[in-house]
Amino acid sequence: MSYTYESYDVVVIGAGHAGCEAALATARLGFKTLVFTVSIDSIAMMPCNPNIGGSSKGHLVREIDALGGEMGKNIDKTYIQSKMLNLSKGPAVHSLRAQADKKDYSREMRKVLENTDNLVIKQGEVAEVLVEDGKVTGVRTASDAIYPCKVAIMCTGTYLQARCIYGDVSNNTGPNGLSAANLLTQNLIDLGIDVRRFKTGTPARVDKRTIDFDKMTEQKGDEKIVPFSFTNTPEEIEKEQVSCWLTYTNAETHKIIMDNIDRSPLYSGNIKGTGPRYCPSIEDKVVRFADKERHQVFLEPEGNYTNEMYIGGMSSSLPEDVQYAMYHSVPGLENATIVRNAYAIEYDCINPVQLKASLEFKDIDGFFSAGQSNGSSGYEEAAAQGIIAGINAAQKLAGKEPLVLDRSQAYIGVLIDDLITKGTNEPYRMMTSRAEYRLLLRQDNADLRLTEIGYHIGLIEQERYDKLCHKRELIDSEVERLKKTTVGTSETVQKFLEEHNSTLLQSGSTMAELLKRPELSYDILSVIDKDRPALPDDVCEQVNINLKYDGYIQRQMRQVAQFKKLEKKKIPNDINYDEVYSLRKEAVQKLKDFRPASVGQASRISGVSPADISVLLIYLEKNGK
Amino acid sequence: MDCDTIAGIASGMGGGIGIIRISGNDALRIAGEVFRTKKFAEQQTEEKWSSDYFEKKESHTIQYGYIVNDDNVVLDEVMVLLMKNPKSYTCEDVVEIDSHGGPFIVKKILELLIHHGARLAEPGEFTKRAFLNGRIDLAQAEAVMKMISSKSEFALDSAVKQLEGRVSKYIEEIRQEILYNMGYIESALDDPEHYDLDGFAEKLQKTTEEEISKLQQLMDNFENGRMKSEGINTVIIGKPNAGKSSLMNLLLDEERAIVTNIAGTTRDILEETVNIGNIVLNLVDTAGIHDTEDIVEHLGVEKAKEYLNQADFIIYVVDASVPLDESDMQIMELLSEKRGVILLNKSDLDSVVLEKELQKKINWNCITFSSKTADGLSKLENYITNSFLDGNISFNDQIYLTSIRHLEAVESACHSLQQLLQTIEDGMTEDLFIIDMMDAYKKLGLINGETASEDLVNKIFKEFCMGK
Repeated sequence: MSYTYESYDVVVIGAGHAGCEAALATARLGFKTLVFTVSIDSIAMMPCNPNIGGSSKGHLVREIDALGGEMGKNIDKTYIQSKMLNLSKGPAVHSLRAQADKKDYSREMRKVLENTDNLVIKQGEVAEVLVEDGKVTGVRTASDAIYPCKVAIMCTGTYLQARCIYGDVSNNTGPNGLSAANLLTQNLIDLGIDVRRFKTGTPARVDKRTIDFDKMTEQKGDEKIVPFSFTNTPEEIEKEQVSCWLTYTNAETHKIIMDNIDRSPLYSGNIKGTGPRYCPSIEDKVVRFADKERHQVFLEPEGNYTNEMYIGGMSSSLPEDVQYAMYHSVPGLENATIVRNAYAIEYDCINPVQLKASLEFKDIDGFFSAGQSNGSSGYEEAAAQGIIAGINAAQKLAGKEPLVLDRSQAYIGVLIDDLITKGTNEPYRMMTSRAEYRLLLRQDNADLRLTEIGYHIGLIEQERYDKLCHKRELIDSEVERLKKTTVGTSETVQKFLEEHNSTLLQSGSTMAELLKRPELSYDILSVIDKDRPALPDDVCEQVNINLKYDGYIQRQMRQVAQFKKLEKKKIPNDINYDEVYSLRKEAVQKLKDFRPASVGQASRISGVSPADISVLLIYLEKNGK
Repeated sequence: MDCDTIAGIASGMGGGIGIIRISGNDALRIAGEVFRTKKFAEQQTEEKWSSDYFEKKESHTIQYGYIVNDDNVVLDEVMVLLMKNPKSYTCEDVVEIDSHGGPFIVKKILELLIHHGARLAEPGEFTKRAFLNGRIDLAQAEAVMKMISSKSEFALDSAVKQLEGRVSKYIEEIRQEILYNMGYIESALDDPEHYDLDGFAEKLQKTTEEEISKLQQLMDNFENGRMKSEGINTVIIGKPNAGKSSLMNLLLDEERAIVTNIAGTTRDILEETVNIGNIVLNLVDTAGIHDTEDIVEHLGVEKAKEYLNQADFIIYVVDASVPLDESDMQIMELLSEKRGVILLNKSDLDSVVLEKELQKKINWNCITFSSKTADGLSKLENYITNSFLDGNISFNDQIYLTSIRHLEAVESACHSLQQLLQTIEDGMTEDLFIIDMMDAYKKLGLINGETASEDLVNKIFKEFCMGK
């Protein structure tokens, strides 16, 4: 018999990486929040890779932190190795990645949730989102309890009708054998939501004691680490780090896979869901990159208090016996004991084009969706959507405009815009190449880009905001100083230049001009920069980048200005596309389906041509007057 | 609204008066910087010219004076019409300069204005601003929309369109190359395990240099292209006394001749432009200079080949009243694998040359013809027209830019690619290459309509403007 319980402002369905950020955001913004999870022991669980960040994903984490989210702080507490990737490349693609102690990560996040005001955690499965007149009124659990609420946020990850598969073995469970959520899908369909099926996978875990590390290359963490959270200094979180190990597959591995490829459920048709192209299983890689003689394999510790090691780069859904043979063919893993098998997981998710940029369903007032259930992949992508959904749920409850970050403001903006505008036919993974304006969207300046926004939303406290303003002032005044400071052709200067293989000066130059030379940097120039003030490292870094890449930054900003022109042209909600004279039929249909908020967004919908956009622009101009 | 200052030629090129229009926030200042009253232009005063001259003048007045370049050299004597916002065509500050100096001077003045901070107006941009500022009746926008929708319904049917198509293709090939290289860099950034950037910069440097030189060629061809943009290069060839000159004269019937003696387009050969139906032929008159001499003998085989190679279409005039000889064989040798038509001239006399005999050598159509009676002329014209519309004749390999807007896009793309070279030379990392590559890619896309929508709207307004 159904029974109505306490009512909440917000109900969050799921306490994974998206759910945690969403729930923390609404609760911290003062709204009474209830978060459901199938198991309280699995809050912020990391069922796949034991790390946070990585190429472009690291950007997302820093952006979440800059907005006042939790992921960055939590990984700073629980990391066991930290590394800045791509240091040989330009600053736009430097990316932070940290290995996590998985259990620790989950425990610390749970602690944060449990100690946040306005936040209640409940173990249980949500069976139904209650909607009346197109508006969310509450949720009903599998045990038939009704919790009235104004806003519901779906963060169901990979749990909806989940099925784990390897070879011909298949279990109807969520990741790590946790129970799946089997009831909500039908409710979503009944609500008119387009549901699809995706798959992803994870590699095996092996016992550390049975690995021959002599055959592998050690991958150490950085000596000087960079915290994910802008609230931490390196000194505060420094600790002894553990190593990862690099080895490779070989011809034998590939032969074992190819000989058994017909037994893979992906190829036999047992798996129907679409997998991620950019996070492929080892069998995918062997088939797709047939000319590659080997693929990288990383052995990564799952934590400080376990011998389990994750075999990065070798996720698989091949049968158990093939897995054993395959892993054992890899140098160093010949005698490895496999603790957990690799498996693929299939799950239901929604077609994200049904969402607004706020992550609220276009057709269901008060229903938001975030994370892997929107068709993305990865912890970071999930968390990024989580915080935005949480913020926008709160904005809605407060009667304020939603927060929409655009493609020139944040990787988060790129992620959400891609999902809701282009949709996705496979689990969507963040990549640097997806961000057009990445020289502006660096991981090092996420705070300068977003913390002010977080402050106005209410997730950043005054003290942190003041610090940011101070930092900005320091950067600006130092940049100005360098632009004004000139050096002559004195012997000291010329000698200094000679030492750094830099062309000698013919006449005076400003410090800023010198800094642009590839062989010099802010740091190096300190020798001839007598009046330099003592500045914190993060300020120095910004000064260096801003001046060194000044020309490129200017050019990218011009590109952004161009982009913004169309973003600013809003399309009214009540536009009747049938009335737009000479718009092509296909475009009318697409525009009706997507209901883009701006002309810029419309221009990114596939099937809408530049000529259609012109027609639309003229129509809007005409009707706007 | 944001209104940077634009300048453009408001009158058609050619004709007696050229009107250059400037519109935007800085219109008065820019005009003031290049304008001098008589006293100042002739340097009869020690006073310094103050460039706020027009700011101090009343709206809707006309000033008389001179345009001077940055070295104070007078370019032209002009009348300047002043219209301050909002009472102007665009509702912005507008200055119109009336020049008498002909297209060259008008262009010089325009360049000077751009040098002083105006931006070259896109075609139709004045009208667009007028529209956006509420100055023009919006019903006209409807007409524009009709134009877009009808565009695809009509086949490309004119020489100009075909020319545009070829430019697009040329540009698109460069764009695709840039795109491929951007794609490669992006792949390597996201998947360094499978995509390798070792040695990539060197390769890219080479490709980029090639791209720049291709674009440079387009820019060099620009002037030439304006003259030639609408014509099919046609060469008339034949041995002495076959009747080339008479044919030329027939084609150059007064009614058809549009332009004669375009100086400098060819070096030692005259070129004439004639209209046949809707098609324009640039006739290269190999007969014109040395009527009595054998062209092959006179110019040498190599030179003759060069002309023939530049030809889109060849008219081979054969004297049908005398048997084919060694010269004819030589000529036909040169014509194999080219496109054209054979004229069996002197049909008024007894014919001794058979079609079959000729067609053994070159598989062209034959038209019997008399340059005396003009018999066969309309057949020839029909043949040329139909061949062109069927696509049997196309332009030669030279690609010409015909609009200054396209030229500007190519220049700007070229500039970006040069910055890319600098970036490579400076040893910057590959991720920084993308910025300039993207700019070049987008700029080139302006030419074939592949780039962002705002520019396409501008294209529409170009049509819009033309209709006015």
